[in-house]
Amino acid sequence: MSDTVGIVIVSHSQDIAKGTADMVRQMVGSEVKVAFCGGDPGGGLGTNVPLIIEAIDKAWSPKGVAILVDLGGAETNSEMAVEMLQPERRDLVVVCNAPIVEGAVMAATEAAGGGSLEQVRAVAEELSAG
Amino acid sequence: MSLEPETLKSLVKAAAEKVIASAPELTALDQAIGDGDHGANMKRGFEAVLGKLDVIGSQPLGEAFKTIGKTLVMTVGGASGPLYGSFFLAAGDSLLQSRDLPDDVAEVFACGIGAVRARGRSAPGEKTMLDVLVPVLETLTAAAGKPDLLNRVRETASEAVARTAPMQATKGRASFLGARSIGHIDPGARSSCVLVQAVCDTLEARQ
Repeated sequence: MSDTVGIVIVSHSQDIAKGTADMVRQMVGSEVKVAFCGGDPGGGLGTNVPLIIEAIDKAWSPKGVAILVDLGGAETNSEMAVEMLQPERRDLVVVCNAPIVEGAVMAATEAAGGGSLEQVRAVAEELSAG
Repeated sequence: MSLEPETLKSLVKAAAEKVIASAPELTALDQAIGDGDHGANMKRGFEAVLGKLDVIGSQPLGEAFKTIGKTLVMTVGGASGPLYGSFFLAAGDSLLQSRDLPDDVAEVFACGIGAVRARGRSAPGEKTMLDVLVPVLETLTAAAGKPDLLNRVRETASEAVARTAPMQATKGRASFLGARSIGHIDPGARSSCVLVQAVCDTLEARQ
């Protein structure tokens, strides 16, 4: 199997993150690595840098990883997590400006088709442009 | 001026305890215009900082700031984790390997603010913590070396928090409220004020 771009889903709610990942798997299949996380370090609603780093590691692919987020704190924490990766990995991870569910499905579809990280991001972000 | 490990520890301890004690107030402010988690998030982050107090006291100043920053990033949970975390990480970078504060404390503070602006892609006037941090920096610069510096910083911080009430939020969760964010003071501005004032109070008590 050739490598595909990995997908990470970061929501304030673990239920939303898991549900989104379930939808991606059902619609796109299992050839794309999908990891998800949600919840703050205390177990409440929120996001959490260590869990995001862990999810990036799980979804890691030499072609890179695209992250889909829900609200502001998820984006800020995801950007922070990317900066804390080893330098050689940082440039291979992008945070997409796209709605989380639709963006994750579109990104995973593009990734499954062999798209590059930039193509995966562009397809997800088209959803915000329209 | 050099900063003895005990002084640094007492400053960090006082600031952390003050923020933890302010958690209910911060939560109430955040319930009005955000998602109501600012108090709990800051409390969790600064409790973790308190847990590392001995490590922080044993490190050169720059490293100590970076430990505070990294701890906040990893434990706060909300957007305020990366924002406050980046402040301390960048301030720490500017101090690296030094136990002495440079003559110009404002310079270190400015490095921290630069990181907050970049992380939040925001500027003063948008109803955020920057609306306290930037005026405090201006006072640190304008009143450097003056005997009433600490008082002026404290006053600046209080006045700056009050000035966030009429602002309309354009960043963060409060921006979803549009004009309805007007009339409430910003929780992040308030937590910044609590931190700044705790540091001023502690320095004053040691003089």
